[in-house]
Amino acid sequence: MKLSTYNFLTSMAIKGVKVGYPLKLTINKKDVIESEFNPVFIERLLPKLDWSAVYSAAQVAELADDIPAAQPDNVAEDEQLLQRLHHLLFEIDVLEGQLECPETGRVFPITDGIPNMLLNEDEV
Amino acid sequence: MTRLKLKKLEEYLQCVDGFEKPKLLLEQYPTPPHIAACITHCMQEQYDDIEGKLVADLGSGCGMLSIGATLLGALLTIGFELDDAAVNTFRQNVLDMELPNVDCIRADVLQVPNGKWDKAFDTVVMNPPFGTKHNAGMDMRFLDVGTRLATGAVYSLHKTSTR
Repeated sequence: MKLSTYNFLTSMAIKGVKVGYPLKLTINKKDVIESEFNPVFIERLLPKLDWSAVYSAAQVAELADDIPAAQPDNVAEDEQLLQRLHHLLFEIDVLEGQLECPETGRVFPITDGIPNMLLNEDEV
Repeated sequence: MTRLKLKKLEEYLQCVDGFEKPKLLLEQYPTPPHIAACITHCMQEQYDDIEGKLVADLGSGCGMLSIGATLLGALLTIGFELDDAAVNTFRQNVLDMELPNVDCIRADVLQVPNGKWDKAFDTVVMNPPFGTKHNAGMDMRFLDVGTRLATGAVYSLHKTSTR
């Protein structure tokens, strides 16, 4: 699972959960897969990103030094930051880990790179 | 300008592994490489809906449409798939073909929560269950989710008999 995907995941489908975001990420095993840097892609993704989730993902992925805690105003003009965002969001592949609902503590496992967001019928 | 010729795209898609044991009740019909190549190519060539776009694939199965979108330069493609065996094949296809910017989530399309996913995507593609196995209307329920997630086009395959 790429961290760009993590940015969108919530546990809001669980009955009673109000926000369910950001999910608490744990990484037990990850891979780095190089991909072509495209600054236009990162700029297009920016409005869809929740910086708090991006920053917490960076901390978990041990890249907190690369990403500022608060979103700077002119990200699009900062080529180096765009490149670091590209690395964080598209090149880190989470193989094993988990996502935890911040409200209920429900754990969604990540196995072989696939987050399992399935809920039981009694949870929805 | 579409980055890949239709013929080349179809060649690549012929390398995508399909369902090992298709499950009848989940209506796991594979999308043939020829059809997947034609429709994804058309989405890009005629409508500019793939390259640089965020693309969702609902009921993504083994990833045929997702991989088509990825090969045509989607910014990020996310497949949603219920079935364990299918998501694993999807993932293996992505690894074997060394594709960037594509993920598969194991999830029930009908449980996709409101909020973050709403209008998250530019384009939604799907070859949904048609609703012919004691699940009438399933294709329309998939479409409802698709229109919720997309800001742009939703492309969906249907069966004339369930129209």
